[in-house]
Amino acid sequence: MNDTRIITGNEAAALAVKLARPGVIAAYPITPQTSLAEKLSEYVERGDLKAEYVRVESEHSSLTVCISASAVGARVFTATSSNGLLYMHEQLHWAAGSRLPVVMCCVNRGVGAPWSIFNDQQDSFSQRDTGWIQIYCRDNQEILDTIIQAYRIAEEVYIPVMVCYDGFILSHTMMPVEVPDARMVKKFLPPYKPHTILSPDDPRTINPVFFPTRRENSEGILCDGYMEMRYKLQAAFEKSGEVIRSASREWAEITGRDHGGLIWEYMTEDAELILTGMGSIATEATLAADVLRAEGIRAGVVGIRAYRPFPKAEVAQAFKKATAIAVFEKCISYGYEGGVCSDLKAAFYGTDIKSPIHDYIAGLGGRDVKTGEIVDAARATLESTRAGDAGNKTVWLNCYTGLKDEG
Amino acid sequence: MNENIFKINDKEYILPGNRACQGCGLSLAYRYILKALRENTIVAIPPSCLCVLHGLYPTTSVIVPALNTTFASNAASASGIVAGLDALGKGDITVLALSGDGGTYDIGIQSLSGAAERNTNFIFACYDNEAYMNTGTQRSGATPMGAITTTTPVLTKQEPKKDFLKIMEAHHIPYLATVSPAYPADLYEKFVKAKRIRGTRYIHIDTPCPPGWDYPTKDTVKIARLAVETGLFILFEIENDRFRFTGRSKIMAERGKLLPLVNYVERQGRFKKMSIEQLNSLQTSVNSRWNECLKRAEG
Amino acid sequence: MENTDTNVSGVCTPAVGEAGRTGEWRDLRPVIDNTKCIPEVKGKPACFLCWLYCPEGVVSMTIPVKIDMDYCKGCGICAEECPPNAIKMVREEDADE
Repeated sequence: MNDTRIITGNEAAALAVKLARPGVIAAYPITPQTSLAEKLSEYVERGDLKAEYVRVESEHSSLTVCISASAVGARVFTATSSNGLLYMHEQLHWAAGSRLPVVMCCVNRGVGAPWSIFNDQQDSFSQRDTGWIQIYCRDNQEILDTIIQAYRIAEEVYIPVMVCYDGFILSHTMMPVEVPDARMVKKFLPPYKPHTILSPDDPRTINPVFFPTRRENSEGILCDGYMEMRYKLQAAFEKSGEVIRSASREWAEITGRDHGGLIWEYMTEDAELILTGMGSIATEATLAADVLRAEGIRAGVVGIRAYRPFPKAEVAQAFKKATAIAVFEKCISYGYEGGVCSDLKAAFYGTDIKSPIHDYIAGLGGRDVKTGEIVDAARATLESTRAGDAGNKTVWLNCYTGLKDEG
Repeated sequence: MNENIFKINDKEYILPGNRACQGCGLSLAYRYILKALRENTIVAIPPSCLCVLHGLYPTTSVIVPALNTTFASNAASASGIVAGLDALGKGDITVLALSGDGGTYDIGIQSLSGAAERNTNFIFACYDNEAYMNTGTQRSGATPMGAITTTTPVLTKQEPKKDFLKIMEAHHIPYLATVSPAYPADLYEKFVKAKRIRGTRYIHIDTPCPPGWDYPTKDTVKIARLAVETGLFILFEIENDRFRFTGRSKIMAERGKLLPLVNYVERQGRFKKMSIEQLNSLQTSVNSRWNECLKRAEG
Repeated sequence: MENTDTNVSGVCTPAVGEAGRTGEWRDLRPVIDNTKCIPEVKGKPACFLCWLYCPEGVVSMTIPVKIDMDYCKGCGICAEECPPNAIKMVREEDADE
């Protein structure tokens, strides 16, 4: 029986959480995550979702509650945006270093200063080094499906997962979403099996101070130093790509909905010009690709679904035939360039991919990115490449920069 | 008191050869806390002397499960343990968050206030050694006026100690108490009682520290005793907003006088630069607080 | 994925001597005069303030009282608190083994 509803991204997320049945939820309200936190408290207070809902006094505490609840063996959930994510920054490191399968939604919003309540991806992007898996969703259906898959992934590799989706553009926009059957989800998500449980049955102290060196325990066994612990996190990341792909494949088999693995591709088989991005801007790029195709340009889109682990091998394959690449991203590593762009370049290093890459910084602080703008920018990238300009460049799309060349 | 010590659980939960200093006030208090709470307990620990007492990887000195967390978050960490245990049907396990004064008065105050406002079902105990001792004696909001610390090395701390017990009282939690390692039976009884109460329980532990307070290690119990006998530290409990003296403070309230503060101050090197004005100011506030407590106990 | 690593997050197991043989920290060691020790003299449980006030829990509530010298840190609290002054702190070099 098909249960399709016209709902916002936040409602889709709330439904996914209800289906995943965490034991503990902790959330602090922040625009544009708020209606997700509110919906979950409604489910809990109505008895539709049996969970302990801790109405914490800050985001730092919301992730802390999830960490310790996970450490005693409960499945957990939290969500935030923007400065809320930044406030819990040290706990992001703590959750990853503890190797706990926390699942969190980041409803992408620009960070202060100055304040913006509108969408960009600087919040989650700036946390990419903390050791969380990051998956960016294209639409509300993908939000629902990805949150469920996130528990499967997190609980298998013991890495926390951040499911990111664009604030307002997805969180507050209504789209048709097919809601999967609860029993099917229960089968897809076996019960959480912690690697360590905090319990009086076996008293241990968890997450103590580590020495730089490996040290012997009381039985003379050589135990990990800090560096070994950190290596294990990276080693788990290296296995996580396959786990992300297989979770997506299995979900596609039972629901018929395939959102791709670490990347997704649109008309790339014969593409000379490839557009790329994460989240809803990549969806916009597919519309732009259709327009460019109608003009006779062989355009295609590679959507970055998982930003961490970075799909190094996949992009080296997918971008192979492009003669020009246009990256559209809502984030920037100040002092250098857009994150997706520089990670792509690093992935291409040592391969045969030598085409120019143009980095379009777009949509910061919620500035609207129209399909036409993407079309014009991508076309310009191809034209300058055809004219012999082999250089890379960074362009702030539709932004007044005070430079002479602006119209 | 002698008869009471034979009623104390004789099991030890802290193994010898641990990393605490000689004569550590926390070690002594923690011995009795764990004797009172027993095996079915989980302890939440911030970075602190307690974290070091628990031990460095791969060994711990404590035979009770414990979870380390970041400095600001111990009460939130305990809240998560409580929520997780409730979700799993294991709500009978006692959850103790044990923080120093830094993790309680200063960086930890927000998460503690939030947890208390939600009447989180846990015991939050503050072992107050009146400075950031684990990192070498930097001043905290709990440092008394006139004390030398490494961040108040020349002028001494200018501000009075933050009145944290008043802050916790304002949360109207079911149980609030003070304890001292000089009176282990009183400490033990209060933790045994607290274990049986539901909701947020706050217990404040006076914790002398030989290196930080600058006194010979043999004097830890003596100094803790003097704190009570001068009225600087009052042994009491507040249960459902009702105040009651306990132990030595109760005896003093019924038939005694406060020993002058100078007896306490002169034994500690951290007060060697304390001015007469600071000492008098402290004596005045000790006297007025004692009288306030006497009135409360009558009412 | 089958997990055989018992240290996925840092996990400490309980053992004595986490900081080594802390008896080596001592400059002074407690020596008990059993002719003054109250429970010894009375021949039944009494006093035991040394047991009560030891921060390390290395004093036994037995007659005669025993102190674990491998781990006694030599703080001197037991000697300070002993009502009949039955415990003296003696320099390590001068103490009989």
